[in-house]
Parts: sequence; structure tokens; C-alpha cells
Amino acid sequence: MLGKLNWSSIPFNQPLPMIASAVVALAILAILGWVVVKGHLPYLWREWITSVDHKRIGVMYILLAMVMLLRGFSDAIMMRMQQSVAFHGGGFLPPEHYDQIFSAHGTIMIFFVAMPFMIGLMNLVVPLQLGVRDVAFPTLNSVGFWLTATGALLVNISLVIGEFARNGWLPYPPLSELAYSPGVGVDYYLWSLEISGVGTLVAGINLVTTVLKIRTKGMNYLRMPMFCWTTLATNLLIVAAFPILTATLAMLLLDRYFGFHFFTNEAGGNMMMFVNLIWAWGHPEVYILVLPAFGIFSEVVSTFSGKPLFGYRSMVLATMAICIISFMVWLHHFFTMGAGPDVNAIFGIASMIIAVPTGVKIYNWLFTMYGARIRFATPMLWSIGFMVTFIIGGLTGVLVAVPPADFVLHNSLFLVAHFHNVIIGGVLFGAFAGYTYWFPKAFGFKLHEGLGHAAFWCWLVGFYVAFMPLYALGLLGMTRRLQHYDIPEWRPWLIVAAAGAVLILSGIVLQIAQLAVSIRRREQLRDETGDPWDGRSLEWATASPPPAFNFAVLPVVFGEDAYWRLKKLAADRSWSDQEPEYRAIEIPRNSPTGFVCAFFATMMGFALIWHIWWLVVAGAIGAFATFVVFAWRDEDEETIPAEEVARIDRINRAQRRTMLSGGTAG
Amino acid sequence: MSTVSFTEASVLGGLEAHAPGRDWSGPAPKRIVTGYGFWIFILSDIIMFSAFFASYVVLLGHTAGGPSGRDLFDLRSVAMETAFLLASSFTCGLASIAADARNTTWFHIAMAVTFVFGLGFLSLEAREFTSLVARGAGPTRSAFLSAFFTLVGCHGLHVSAGSLWLLTMMAQVFAKGFRADILRRILCFTLFWHALDIIWIAVFTIVYLLGSAV
Amino acid sequence: MNILDPQGPVGAAEKTILIDSIGIMLAIVLPTVVAILAFAYWFRASNTRAQYWPDWEYSGRIELVVWSIPALTVILLGGVAWIGAHQLDARAPIPGSGEPLTIQAVSIEWKWLFIYPEQKLATINTLTVPAGVPLHFELTSSSVMNAFFIPQFGGMVYTMNGMVSRLNLRADNPGTFKGLSSQFSGDGFPDMNFDVHVVPSEQFPKWVQAASNTDKSLDQHEYEQIAKPSINHQQTIYRLADPDLFFFTATQKIPPSPGSQAGAIGVAPPAEAADAR
Repeated sequence: MLGKLNWSSIPFNQPLPMIASAVVALAILAILGWVVVKGHLPYLWREWITSVDHKRIGVMYILLAMVMLLRGFSDAIMMRMQQSVAFHGGGFLPPEHYDQIFSAHGTIMIFFVAMPFMIGLMNLVVPLQLGVRDVAFPTLNSVGFWLTATGALLVNISLVIGEFARNGWLPYPPLSELAYSPGVGVDYYLWSLEISGVGTLVAGINLVTTVLKIRTKGMNYLRMPMFCWTTLATNLLIVAAFPILTATLAMLLLDRYFGFHFFTNEAGGNMMMFVNLIWAWGHPEVYILVLPAFGIFSEVVSTFSGKPLFGYRSMVLATMAICIISFMVWLHHFFTMGAGPDVNAIFGIASMIIAVPTGVKIYNWLFTMYGARIRFATPMLWSIGFMVTFIIGGLTGVLVAVPPADFVLHNSLFLVAHFHNVIIGGVLFGAFAGYTYWFPKAFGFKLHEGLGHAAFWCWLVGFYVAFMPLYALGLLGMTRRLQHYDIPEWRPWLIVAAAGAVLILSGIVLQIAQLAVSIRRREQLRDETGDPWDGRSLEWATASPPPAFNFAVLPVVFGEDAYWRLKKLAADRSWSDQEPEYRAIEIPRNSPTGFVCAFFATMMGFALIWHIWWLVVAGAIGAFATFVVFAWRDEDEETIPAEEVARIDRINRAQRRTMLSGGTAG
Repeated sequence: MSTVSFTEASVLGGLEAHAPGRDWSGPAPKRIVTGYGFWIFILSDIIMFSAFFASYVVLLGHTAGGPSGRDLFDLRSVAMETAFLLASSFTCGLASIAADARNTTWFHIAMAVTFVFGLGFLSLEAREFTSLVARGAGPTRSAFLSAFFTLVGCHGLHVSAGSLWLLTMMAQVFAKGFRADILRRILCFTLFWHALDIIWIAVFTIVYLLGSAV
Repeated sequence: MNILDPQGPVGAAEKTILIDSIGIMLAIVLPTVVAILAFAYWFRASNTRAQYWPDWEYSGRIELVVWSIPALTVILLGGVAWIGAHQLDARAPIPGSGEPLTIQAVSIEWKWLFIYPEQKLATINTLTVPAGVPLHFELTSSSVMNAFFIPQFGGMVYTMNGMVSRLNLRADNPGTFKGLSSQFSGDGFPDMNFDVHVVPSEQFPKWVQAASNTDKSLDQHEYEQIAKPSINHQQTIYRLADPDLFFFTATQKIPPSPGSQAGAIGVAPPAEAADAR
């Protein structure tokens, strides 16, 4: 009746997951209780859960990412603690736990922190930068978010019901096959990623179509902000790469569920094929993560330098080059699998070639700063921190792209240090830059600058203290994923690395404090006009937060840095009393489709993991019914009357008029 | 001091266009956007199929001492399946034309015939699969057969899902007529159905013809 | 296990490539980092001495330099990669003194089995080799993927069931070194370490003779006992009773060894698992 699920599926005898789950459950109940008691539930349902507004969905993606960052970071701290004490002995985490922890750490950080953070920022910002009202498919956008949330939920459920995968963040067979991983852990991993993979693909289709087909009048390709270009490249990669992941994980699922032989040892299965397929997805994936960060830095550096981005066309060319080449380098993840010198060398060289456009970007940001008036707001600090840190990560990357060098560094802590160097230094710093930069746009007030600076320094120093020792450890021969070791030379480095993790923890604490303090002091930090940073692109032409329809009248664009041109022109002439002609605006209607669909997806995922077949069927029927109900609705848009549009727009115009004439807003 | 409106300011001269040539005219209409997005989805689906095609080609010889394509494939049945699918694509095209002409009767007839052809394809394929399993050549026999069943089965699943979608579209037109959003969905459905046909051509070439030759 | 202290030509060559590549790249990276910090400092808003060029966004000359620097670096390093990959091809034999020694290695959950086919010996978790002699490794796995790595000798190669991978090394100096598996393979993975004893080449036959006096014999039955998952397996020496053992393992005539997973939750009851086969 309940498949493999029974009371022994809950690890009552393991204190760590039990305590963690209890804490999380209490926190969730407390928050839910507060929401219900204060009467916020109708508001939440109406304005957020069923919202199809790209701004709301973007914020929810980022919120998901930040919550999952806490979970992924807890895993990281446990790993560092374990390795600093597990000399000649077991430490406090036995192998079956430690193995789940490092697997969950990688899976969560990549799929449920980095990806949602970037997709959230792209969702929030891109339609505003393109001067339009929403993305191409708003309801689909909501479906995509909620399916991603489903994946995150399933991974977290594995903490309390069952177990998680134990084979690392990529389930190499034969270890991940049923014979060597008989538990539900790998199934949790697989179904969680299959479901959230659909969500990601949907986001990819949405954003590609938006950038290519939904831009305001005059916004030619070469007038788009750089962030929109990187969004295009990123989502083209998503559309091209994620289907490979879906297919590959499906093959592993078929092996595990139905006894197929894609990757098994016996009956002709080929584990090398898995390695090739998964990295054919996996390498584009890391560019999916980092390209939006590059876009964010382009925006932030040019804004806080008070200059246009240097070499815009070069940057566009470099971005698209990275997009294409990223599909040609996947073998560098397994030089030691024995493909031979010709193949290894070709892929090594291709991997180095991709460093060329990346280097070009760094130099263009450098020259954007030349001749600038740089303001060191928190986003700019993150950008400069990124430039220095990412270069080092890139250096070590090109290093391991040399096959014979990789022969001694593959799977060592040197490799671990390299990819954290580029992911933290590139993706995460970019996410934090974007978060602090666009927070006022999303919520109408800035984040506290002092706490932002403090958090940045803790992260920056913490990162170096935590990861530079790992480079040394790799050179000392330490391989990754060791639950214990007995080489005394390694221990001091691991202790230093643990200290670095604690420093990063203080950075995170400061970020949480920053958010809390900013919310409490939001009136003092209020963004009155919608343009707190003297921005250059169109999102700063709207109020903070923008109204549901973004722009009362869609702007017309004549060149790059569209908003900067408008400001220069408007500054020469005072802001007009001659209003545009206000018309009624149609916006897409909210819909529970995304949330309900995700509910059934969660049901199906959980049922598939535990072999509860009737529940799978029920979930599938429910999901199909949800779509039919959605397809049957007669009203898919609602109208905002012209007077309402006028009223909202006039407030913002008045505030801007005041700003431009030098006074304070009334 | 002259005053200008927010939009007028953009229109006024003095701002040379940075990129010469025809300027982008604004957000595209809904029908184009919907079709475009669905094309992108179809491209992503084709990439997923490519991964299965790649695995098939890699595992072609991995028969684990068991039967190979030459021993198993009944090319006559494959030819009939192809005929069914191609015919259904044709009738789907007729349904498209009927929808453009807002002709409910012909739309329903064409869609019903498409459905019947699709069902014909699926029943032949189901028969092929069950007979293979009965002969001990099921997907668990060898890596080659795993790849075969997965690739061809994935296509069959898409056709099944498409058939379900077909019925839903017929129900929608029956209930609400040729409303703008329903017409957009018909466009997407027909794109999907034709794409499945194209993928089938790749399937019978690579899976059946190539697989029989090896 | 320090890879910067190589004990053989492969490790030494790989270390050289490592250092050279880092040097080449630092020559670009260090000035760039200095420039980033310098520009950020000099062009800070409060520095009124710095020139403000609010409309400067393009320079053809700078673009040329900016594309050329990474391109030239990549061309140089690409050459290093091509030449290095070919010279250090794992399958290419290495010169040395004396007859090459063939060692067959099988990664088993969670230990290493080394078979000396010519000497008719087999060992678990301990390897003894003569100095200066070319070592020809043939590797496979009894079950899951592992990777054979002796850091101070350089070279690393995956071990996979049903396949034979090859690696050529040479140990130049006597001593004791450590080897490990560098591809995660389950609960006992951290203990997949083995000792590598490098003895002067004239002492190697003496070791062979002494080792052959062992009372343990490795035949297929004993192999199947060893192949069961175990953690922290004792170092053992066997006489090789079955010379085809490696070949049968590599070609799956001996089927892949079973797995286990301590404390796995949600394992299907045996009947269901059998159906899935």
C-alpha cells in the first residue's frame, strides 16, 4: 500500500538528521503560524504564491536560493569540521553520513542555490531592462519556479524520511546503480533533479523567447544591456544542455527501476557513456551559472564607475563565444579515463581557448574602471572582489586543463579549490552583487551599506582562508571526499580551512543581520525615486518597486544605456508636466496552476521514490487535470484602467521631478 | 524652458541611433511569441532525443551474446508504422487548414482521423514491444535492447502524450470554438505532431535501418 | 604523498609542466590583479586628481591587446598541453634499466589487489617494485569505478569493470611511498590506501623469493572471498594459483563482485529486487 515506505524509513536512531529536521520543522511551523495568525495568508496566496508577475517570481526564486544556501552551507561546515578532526579516526560523522553530506552539499549548492539565484535575478530584471511588461510566458514562469521548489523540497524531505544519495553530486555508475546503492538515496536525487530540471528548462524557454521577441521599440540587439545578452546566452545553454541531463538521469532511473542496462557492469552497459553524457550537460551547466554573473558585473561596474561599459561589442562577441565553446570542452572532466593523448590534448586546448573571451571580459571591466569616478557601494565591492578572485580560479582552471598536470591533480582538493574559486568568486559574488544592487528596485528600500561592507569582507577573507589551504592539500596529494585520513601533514591545513569556513559563517550572519536591520530601518533607507544608484539601464526608469505593469507607457530606445540618455536629456530640460497619453493596460491574471502542479509533482516524486505506484498515477492525473483546468479558463488577463495607471505613474514622475530639481521628495 | 514628455524625449532628435539599420519595432504579437517559444521547446526535445540516439549508437553492438537488430527487427511493421505516422501528419495538416478556415466540422474530422492513425501507430509499436519481450528480447536482456526500447519507447510516449493532447484540443474546440488562445494551442499541437514525425524518420533510419545492417 | 616531490620520471615531468604553466600564467595574472587594484584605487570618486572620461568606451588598440594577451598565452599553453599529453601518454612505455615489470591491479571494494603474473604472486594493499625498472600496470575493477594513483610517481588512471586500462611508471629511488584511489567508491573509500615499497633492483628477486614462501594461495574461490566488500583490509601476500584471474575479471568471466551499503534506507525486499533484474 505504501510501497517501500514504513516506520524504519525514518532514521530515529540517528541524532543528527533528527535534530536538524526537528529544528527545521519547528521553524516552518513557527513561520506558518505567524503568517496565519496575523492574517497574511490571503495576501500571500493572492500576491505571491499565485502570482505570475516576473518580479514576484524572481524574488521567490532568490528567496529559495538564500534559504537553501543555509542548508548547503551547514553541510559545508560539517564537512570542514569533520575533516579537521578525523585524523586517524572516525570523527563525528560516520561514512554513511559524511557521504550523504558531501553529496547533498554539491547537489543543493548547484541546483538549488546557484541556479535559482541566477534565474531569479534574470527574471526580476530582464523584462525591466528590455522596457516591457513581463516575460513571454508568465504562467509558465510560475510553473517553472514551483517545480524547482518541488525539487528542493524533495531533497530536504530525504533528511527525515529515508536518506540521500551517497555518491557525490554526480551519480557515477556503477556505484549509483541498484547493486551498489540499493537504498532510496539515489532515487531522491534523481527524481528531485528530473522535476526541477523541467522547471529550469521552462525558465530557459521563457527567457530565450523574451530576449529575442519581447523588447521595447528601438531596443535592437546591440542596444540591449549586457545583462540581457548574458541572459540570452545562459538560457540558450539551458535549452541546449538540460535535455541531456534529463535523458541521462532517465537512463539511470530505467536501470534502477526496470533493470535496464545502460550503465550496469553486466549485459553490456557502459559506464563511460554516463561520464560523457553527464559532462556534456555538466560543462555547459557551469557556464549557465557564471554567465549571468558576468552580466551582473557588467551592469554594476559601469554604473558605479559612472561610465559606459568598455568595449560593448567585444563583450557581446565574447559572451556568445563562451556560449558556443562551452559545448566543446566536456572531456576535460575526465582526462584520466584513458581517451588517449590526441583526444585529451584537443579537449585541453579547447578548454584553454574558452579562457580567451573570459580574459577579454576581465580586461574590459578593467578599462571600464579607467577614467571612472568609482563609488564603492556594496555591489562594487563584490565586483572588485570577484575580478581578483575569479582570475585566480581561472588560472588554476587553465592549469588543470593541461592533461599531464591534471593527471596528478584530478579529483584532488586542488580541483575542489579550483571550482569553489570560480563558483564562489564568480557565481556567488555575482549573486550577492546582483542582490545588493537590485534589492532597492524589488522592495523600495536599500540594504544597509555598513553591514553590507562587513559581510563582504568576511566572505572575501573567509573564502581565501578556507580555500587556499585546499590548493596546498591537493599538491600534498590529498584526494576529495575523504571521511578520514592518516597523513599528519594535512591536518594543519584542514584546521585553517575550517577556520575560514567559520569566517564565511560570520559573513552569512552579517548578511542576515543586514536584511533584518534594513527591513526595520526601511523608511530611512527608502528609495524614493526608483533610481538609487544613478543607473544607466531602463529598470531604473521605473518606481521602486515597479507597478505590476512596469511601465505606464513602453519607452522608445535610441541607443545603449537607454536610461542614461533619457536622463541626460531630461536633465537639460526639466521633467515634463506634459504627460504621456495613459491607456488601460492588460496584465496576465494570477493563477494557482504553478503551485498546484508542483503539489502534484511532489506527490509523484515522493511516490516514485518509495515505489507507491497508485500514488504516482493519482499525481499524474492530478497534474494533467491542473493543466486542463488552466486551459479551460476564459479570462486570462485583467485590465488596469487608464486612471489607475495615471495615478500610479504620476506619483513616480513627481518624485523624479523633485530629484532632478535638486530637492527632496515631498 | 521647453518641456518634453517622457516618451517625447525619446523621440526627439539629437540622439543618433547607435546601431544603424531597421529599428526593432516593439514586442512581437502573441501568436508569434507563442509559436516561437514552442519551437524552442521542440528544439530542446530534439536535443533530448539526441542523447538517446547517441546512447543507441554507442550501445549498438552491446548485445551481451543476445539478439541484435538484424535478428529482431520486422521492417514491414516499421514501414506500416511509418505510413500511419506520415498519414497522420497529413491529416493533422488538414486540421490546421480547417482551423484557419474556422471550419469546426472538418477540424473535428481531420483530428479524429489523425487520432486513429496515431492509435494505429501505437498499437503496432505495442505489438512489436510485447512480442520482443515474449521472445526474451526485452529491455533487460542487454544494453543494446535497453537503448532500443528507451529510444523508440520515448518517441512512443511522446506520441501517446500527443494523442491525449489531441483529444483535449478537440474538446476545447467543441466547448469554446476557435478562440484566439485555442488557436495558438492548436498551432503548438500541430508543431508537436509534425516534429514527432520528423523524429520518427530519424528513428527508423538510425534504429531500424542502421540497426539491421550492423 | 607530495606531488611536488616526485620519485620517478612521470611525476617529475608532470611537476615541471605544472610549475611552468603556473609561471606562464602568473606573468599575465599578477600584473592584471595589480592593475585591477590600482585602477580601483586611483579612480575612486574622492580622487579629484584622476581624470574622468565619462564617455570613453572604446579603443581599438586596447581591444587588440586585450584579445591578444589571452590568445598568445593560450597558444603557448596549448603547445605545452599537446606536447605534454603525448609525451606523458599513460600507455606509452617508459625507458629504464632491466626488463619491464608487469603488474596487474584490480580495485575491489575497498582494497587493491596486485597480481604479479610473471612472478606468480599476488598482494593486497601492498606493492613492492624494483627501482629504475619500467613498470607496466594493467588495471581493472571488480565492481565500481576507482582510480589508481601513486602521487609521487605521477600518472593516474581510472579502473573500470569489464575494461583494462594501462599506465606506465618508473620508480627511481628506493623508499616507501603511498598510493590511493582517487575516485570515490563508497563507504570504505578512505581506506583504499596501499604502501609502495621501492627496493634496489638487485634486491627485487630476493623479495620475490621470500614472498613466494607464503602459505596463502589465491585461486578463484579465494578471490571471491576477497571480492566481498570489506573495509581496511589487511595487507596480505598470496601465491598466484590461477594465472587467468586478472583476465577473467577484466573480461567478466568472473562476474562483477557484489556491493553492500551499510545502513541504506529503503532497500527493496529481495523479491522486488530480483524482479527488477
